[in-house]
Amino acid sequence: MDNESQYSGYSYKSSHSRSSRKHRDRRDRHRSKSRDSSSRGDKSVTIQAPGEPLLDTESTRGDDRDDNWGETTTVVTGTSEHSVSNEDLTRASKELEDSSPLECRRFAGPVLSGVLGLFALLTPLAFLLLPQLLWRDGLEPCGTPCEGLYVSLAFKLLVLLISSWALFLRPPRATLPRFFVFRCLLMALVFLFVASYWLFYGVRVLEPRERDYRGIVGYAVSLVDALLFIQYLALVLLEVRQLQPAFCLKVVRTTDGASRFYNVGHLSIQRAAVWVLDQYYSDFPVYNPALLNLPKSILSKKMSGFKVYSLGEENSTNNSTGQSRAMIAAAARRRDNSHNEYYYEEAEMERRIRKRKARLVVAVEEAFTHIKRLQDDETAASSPKHPREVMDPREAAQAIFAPMARAMQKYLRTTRQQPYHSMESIISHLQFCITHNMTPKAFLERYLTPGPTMQYQRENSRGRQWTLVSEEPVTSALRQGLVFSLRRLDFALVVTVTPLPFLHLGEEFIDPKSHKFVMRLQSETSV
Amino acid sequence: MSQTFHIPGQPITAYVQRIEIKKLREGSNLILGFSIGGGIDQDPGQNPFSEDKTDKGIYVTRVTPGGPAEDAGLIMGDKIMQVNGWDMTMVTHDQARKKLTKKSEDVVRLLVTRKSLEDAVRKSM
Repeated sequence: MDNESQYSGYSYKSSHSRSSRKHRDRRDRHRSKSRDSSSRGDKSVTIQAPGEPLLDTESTRGDDRDDNWGETTTVVTGTSEHSVSNEDLTRASKELEDSSPLECRRFAGPVLSGVLGLFALLTPLAFLLLPQLLWRDGLEPCGTPCEGLYVSLAFKLLVLLISSWALFLRPPRATLPRFFVFRCLLMALVFLFVASYWLFYGVRVLEPRERDYRGIVGYAVSLVDALLFIQYLALVLLEVRQLQPAFCLKVVRTTDGASRFYNVGHLSIQRAAVWVLDQYYSDFPVYNPALLNLPKSILSKKMSGFKVYSLGEENSTNNSTGQSRAMIAAAARRRDNSHNEYYYEEAEMERRIRKRKARLVVAVEEAFTHIKRLQDDETAASSPKHPREVMDPREAAQAIFAPMARAMQKYLRTTRQQPYHSMESIISHLQFCITHNMTPKAFLERYLTPGPTMQYQRENSRGRQWTLVSEEPVTSALRQGLVFSLRRLDFALVVTVTPLPFLHLGEEFIDPKSHKFVMRLQSETSV
Repeated sequence: MSQTFHIPGQPITAYVQRIEIKKLREGSNLILGFSIGGGIDQDPGQNPFSEDKTDKGIYVTRVTPGGPAEDAGLIMGDKIMQVNGWDMTMVTHDQARKKLTKKSEDVVRLLVTRKSLEDAVRKSM
């Protein structure tokens, strides 16, 4: 196996035989621990967005060699530590585009609607105050009815304020490729309303200096009513309409076929895409590029064994297609036993995983027995003959990590999960479990099953980049037979839309007294 | 054999054998020497002799060795179609018993059918 080019500065390892592996491991573990701090920068780069596309070179190649922690998680894949290879460059560029800078575009929409909303809220107050400020003396005195209207105005404004805060003042979850039609509609409506009210007010009240103050107050109250109704409309269009399920979306991941079905209501394609992605992050098991391929040993055997010689042909261009076709035909005719090998390879892999899992579980159980929680009433000085040092969770985690480290490392490598779990992350998870009194099984649940992508995300304010690929304009509504896909760098989610069936529900009434039973008869009579 | 998978309400065609049994007097009883099973009020699925498990006819379940029925040629598993002209294909178990055990009759003339009859007739054709 010639994988030297994949590892930095450790190319000498490939020449060592497997029997000296143990010594190498022990030596390297010490080295890697001290290297931890220095290579931490590299390690953290790869772990950053692991559910997302890691470059294939990062995650798969590490298993073929029996290497140590440090090796399998660093990514410097060049011929030496000092050269920047192609993978480095692509990784750096992917880094950049993955963590896109906080765009102003993200906040443009909400800011605009916020300004409009504020303007709309302040308008009734302006309607009330302007006459008072400008021609107070000319106004007719307006006693109790006005005060009643003031009260109702105040409460309606309060309700409007609170419900706007509850419904609309939320950080935006996604930037959509096209305008969000309903939101634009509503903003246009609000603008139109307020503008027309101002127009009327300007022409009929401000100009002629209207004296009937009660009428003005009534006008302001009617504006607030209209705003409340617009808010009701917004609630229905933005929140309520899509609650009743109408379509079933089938989401399939292109790389490994993981699929789910979801029920959604009436949405546009882009909103449905955002909804699907929300569910993707918590439902789908994380995408592990290392788990995908048939082992090379099986696939490569098919095409080997045939060498095609051209005898005296001058024309080389025709040859290549002829050759490949001949090879394919010959390979097809050959007896194909690769399914057999695949089966045995799968069984072998399964057995290996189970064996390592058993070792891991035992090691973790044993490790957890080494510590116990110090009760409040026990003091450290309870038995002076056996002084026990009191540790905080971090130290306790580090203390019991050592016996289980090797089993954990081997298990993670067998299940190809080692890019997702650095030593640091395992220790901090261990610390978390110890603090919360979890059992070894609870500690292991994170590693035994591949969790949803959310579990592996780092806190990132920059967001994830997805591309919506669709043949229809993305603001059109969902309908039957629509297919769109959401693409990231190495994989995509293909979404198919089918409507939920119409249900004919009938009724059948059963009288509770009608449940009666008899024994089955089979009698024999002699005559 | 039209007896298998008979549709209720449609006429039945069957090859039958006429069997005449003279009742034997034993004490105060007149016995025939066989047992019947089946009837429209019974569970047809339990009948071991019928081909069609929805057949609710009267079947001979046992023949006493040496009794009048055996002498007359009745065989276990026969389906009784008529007793003295009374139909036996759509009767309850008790009605069948009554028709067979009328104290006023000494002789019962049965029309019975069995699968081997049909095969024999077909072979001879």
